[in-house]
Amino acid sequence: MSPTRRSRQVAIVLATALATALSACSSGDGGTAAGGTTGTQDAVDAALREGGEITYWSWTPSAKAQVEAFQQEFPNVKVNYVNAGTGNDHYTKLQNAVKAGSGAPDVAQIEYQALPQFAMTGALVDLGQYGFNAFEDDYTPSTWNSVKVGGGLFGLPQDSGPMALFYNKEVFDRHGLTVPKTWDEYVETARKLHTADPTKYITSDTGDAGFATSMIWQAGGKPFTTDGKNVKIDLQDEGARKWTATWDELVEEKLVSTIPGWSDAWYKALGDGTIATLATGAWMPGVLESSVPGGAGKWAVAPLPTYDGKTPVTAENGGGGQSVLKQSAKPALAAAFVRWLNNGNGVKPFLDSGGFPATKADLESSAFKDEAAPYFGGQQINQVLTAAAGQVVPGWSYLPYQLYANSVFGDTVGKSYADSTSLDPGLTAWQQALVDYGNQQGFTVTTG
Amino acid sequence: MTSISAPVRSAPAPPARTARRSRVDRRGWLFVAPFLVVFALVFLAPIAYALWLSLFREQVFFGGTEFVGLDNYAAVLGDAKFWESFFRVLLFLVVQVPVMLGSALVAALAIDSARLHAAGLFRIVIFLPYAVPAVVATLMWGFIYGDTFGLAADLNELLGRKVVEPLSGDWVLVSIGNVVTWEFVGYNMLILYSALKVVPHDLYEAAAIDGAGTLRTIVSVKLPAIRGALVIATIFSIIGSFQLFNEPNILRALAPNAISTFYTPNMYAYNLSFSGQQYNYSATVAIVMGVITAVIAYVVQLRGSRKGV
Amino acid sequence: MATTRSPLRPRKSRVLTAVMAVYLLYTLVPLAWLLISATKTQQDLLSTSGLALGGTFALFDNIAETFTHDGGIFLRWLGNTLLYVVLGAGGATVLATAAGYGLAKYRFRGRRAVFAVLLGAIAIPGTALAVPTFLMFSNLGLTNTPWAIIIPSLVSPFGLYLVWTYAVEAVPDDLLEAARIDGAGELRIFFTVTLRLLLPGVVTVALFAVVSTWNNYFLPLIMLSEPDWYPLTVGLNQWSAQASGVGAQPIYHLVITGAVITIVPLVVAFLLLQRFWQSGLTAGSVKQ
Repeated sequence: MSPTRRSRQVAIVLATALATALSACSSGDGGTAAGGTTGTQDAVDAALREGGEITYWSWTPSAKAQVEAFQQEFPNVKVNYVNAGTGNDHYTKLQNAVKAGSGAPDVAQIEYQALPQFAMTGALVDLGQYGFNAFEDDYTPSTWNSVKVGGGLFGLPQDSGPMALFYNKEVFDRHGLTVPKTWDEYVETARKLHTADPTKYITSDTGDAGFATSMIWQAGGKPFTTDGKNVKIDLQDEGARKWTATWDELVEEKLVSTIPGWSDAWYKALGDGTIATLATGAWMPGVLESSVPGGAGKWAVAPLPTYDGKTPVTAENGGGGQSVLKQSAKPALAAAFVRWLNNGNGVKPFLDSGGFPATKADLESSAFKDEAAPYFGGQQINQVLTAAAGQVVPGWSYLPYQLYANSVFGDTVGKSYADSTSLDPGLTAWQQALVDYGNQQGFTVTTG
Repeated sequence: MTSISAPVRSAPAPPARTARRSRVDRRGWLFVAPFLVVFALVFLAPIAYALWLSLFREQVFFGGTEFVGLDNYAAVLGDAKFWESFFRVLLFLVVQVPVMLGSALVAALAIDSARLHAAGLFRIVIFLPYAVPAVVATLMWGFIYGDTFGLAADLNELLGRKVVEPLSGDWVLVSIGNVVTWEFVGYNMLILYSALKVVPHDLYEAAAIDGAGTLRTIVSVKLPAIRGALVIATIFSIIGSFQLFNEPNILRALAPNAISTFYTPNMYAYNLSFSGQQYNYSATVAIVMGVITAVIAYVVQLRGSRKGV
Repeated sequence: MATTRSPLRPRKSRVLTAVMAVYLLYTLVPLAWLLISATKTQQDLLSTSGLALGGTFALFDNIAETFTHDGGIFLRWLGNTLLYVVLGAGGATVLATAAGYGLAKYRFRGRRAVFAVLLGAIAIPGTALAVPTFLMFSNLGLTNTPWAIIIPSLVSPFGLYLVWTYAVEAVPDDLLEAARIDGAGELRIFFTVTLRLLLPGVVTVALFAVVSTWNNYFLPLIMLSEPDWYPLTVGLNQWSAQASGVGAQPIYHLVITGAVITIVPLVVAFLLLQRFWQSGLTAGSVKQ
């Protein structure tokens, strides 16, 4: 080893590093979403015939099987499948690659809540230019609405999460409880259960932004509206207050368990009846079946309780689709893959892995709807879940910086949860943090 | 520069009086340069880049980048979140570092005293946690801390009521301190023990002839002899406390309401970058924190070397 | 200089031993929990108490499953970790040894400035510099390659300091002068005379570099997007994180077993090389 020669090489690398580092920070391009382009699918079909190589980032359980099936069907296309992390890890890496200007995949899984953020920072391709707007009627209105940002189409929906009430029938039967139809009944059930057995809770909630926004959504709230640079935030609108009025009772009376969601303790608690119900998205059965074996035969599904007990309404919780990144060298081929995934033969392997679709045809097929689920004691759970898919309150939108918003939920609303006090002051603090951040990022943010 | 090497003067082998020959010998660079070049690439260049970044403000969505001079620094100094996180790690430092170093010192003295059965076993077992990655250690303690199913729950059951709630707001800083202590007592013990081992034994003999008891020998012979090692251990523990990140960040999944996104300065800087895409402000927080850390480390060095010299 | 015993040869104390035994217990309980948990199935893990054995002894099944899960990716992570350790920690040891020796045995301008710069640099939180480092490496095309992990691992300021203090005592100036009078070049002296004398110090530096590379978590988390390049720590955390959200697949039993497998090689290395690193540390008291 010759240290002098080595050091010269490293010195050159260093000089390059400094030069590029210094130039990199002057090139900030704050792009915005283009407003709705149209075109035809010819370019996509041509790209598919020509073939090539693309990279796909996703953490969904079905991704691997889908990529394999796609490559069998189109041997001239090579898809490099990468699991870059779950949830925030995935978005952080995607964000870093976008910021760095290289290293992003051609296609990425992006959840509905995160989509506006990537669309509005100019990271995603408007699929309208490939004529994909023609697929609108294939999807449920709420999922289609979720991939549209400012008139552009920034992905195709893969799954959806219309909310329903999952409950532990064994616990309910043991304590003579009936399935609540309204949220008032739900609170009453919570009291009865916890009084009868202090180790049991109606549900667990330590403050989760995704859950809170979904509950506000179901209550008819529309806290976030975006129009170009203008953002309006009102986390104390009628819907939000309707939800907190109910949920405050549970939080203040300590009727919800404080086991954090998705922890090992949480899985344990789902299996042994400590947590008696879950108000969550239609993708939950897959999780219960594969990861809570102790709950087999005990769980059942009912429609989500409502406020008036008459009109069935629900909201989406979770779910997302696939988008094409602007960094892609082969956007048309990438779009072809997205089309295959969510509007072609890719849907079947997705359903086989226990996914809950966003496509109307699959939701309405009797084979899907009438399937008896052994885990749920033979209940035809998809009857309940597909019905919910049609009862989602229309007109919801997430913030253009929802990932940031979710990250500071614990700092603000989390305090209310920790102190077992009303969520309203927490929501107000959350709103303030979001207004400040939006204004710093160049939005003009107003409040209700 | 003299102050930098000052504490080392009391260490067993001080670099300050290393080169006895007086002529300047440039051949030394031959050996030092390769290290310095890589050091410049992975330490100095990012610091320089961070300094540069701290002078700008970029709006990720609209508006691009503008030069703002020292505005970011003014904002950090007036940022309540920053100071909250700073005072939290300061409190952590004031409590945890003495506990950790005190335990390490007691362990080192005990092992060195030759009054311990199976001293070699103690030495290696107490050191073991150092070989456990922080990620693994925190995941492990996280399971144990669970007050529904973890060992904390078993303990509560034993006591008859919910006494310990390691992941609640009142406890969580203590819980983090416990993880850090568990990880690093053995390491610090080893450093102090190594320093004790080279204390010349004629010093002990002299103390024994003077009729000094165990405690007096420790206070008047052993502690002064290992002051250099103590100062170094303290400085690095201070730096470690100010940079606290892995443990609270991983425990956050289990205590989302007790550990905020700005729980420590380092977490604040991290979340500014990775959740908020506020790279410029994040860089400023990092630099301010680095300067504070360096100043405090420097003061400790000065005091540590002056005492009793 | 080597004697450590007090001349009085005091009697062993049971009280002291008992007090220390309590501390030993504190050290061992979490590790015991980890080991016991590694013998449980995912089911037992979620249904039995932490320090009690589960219904089935599944340690060997767990180990087999850890190595075969997801197409044997764990083995790949183990291989990556070894690669980073050999090149990163190995390189760090070489650079720190040369530089420490250079600083200890040559008098040149800026020698003390080096120490000041080192100390100043490590005071800046590394995690906060992650973004600048990431952007720089990205511009150099190094992200998502092993180099993004190896290059930063090459610098061990503490290792440098350790060798520096060690070399002062271990390498007598007279010996160097004698070699020079015999006409040996500086590099030749380093390789034939110095290295041998520095060996215990070098082994110590190497061990600590191995630990920090082996345990490196934050940098690879940011730099790498392909699991094929992950080291064990990041891989384990990904396994742990996949327990949440839509399509959650908790595999805590594999996370725990994987953690045990991650720790074992380091513990073995420390035990086997005890004699070396303990004498290496004796010369200079340093924290990694």
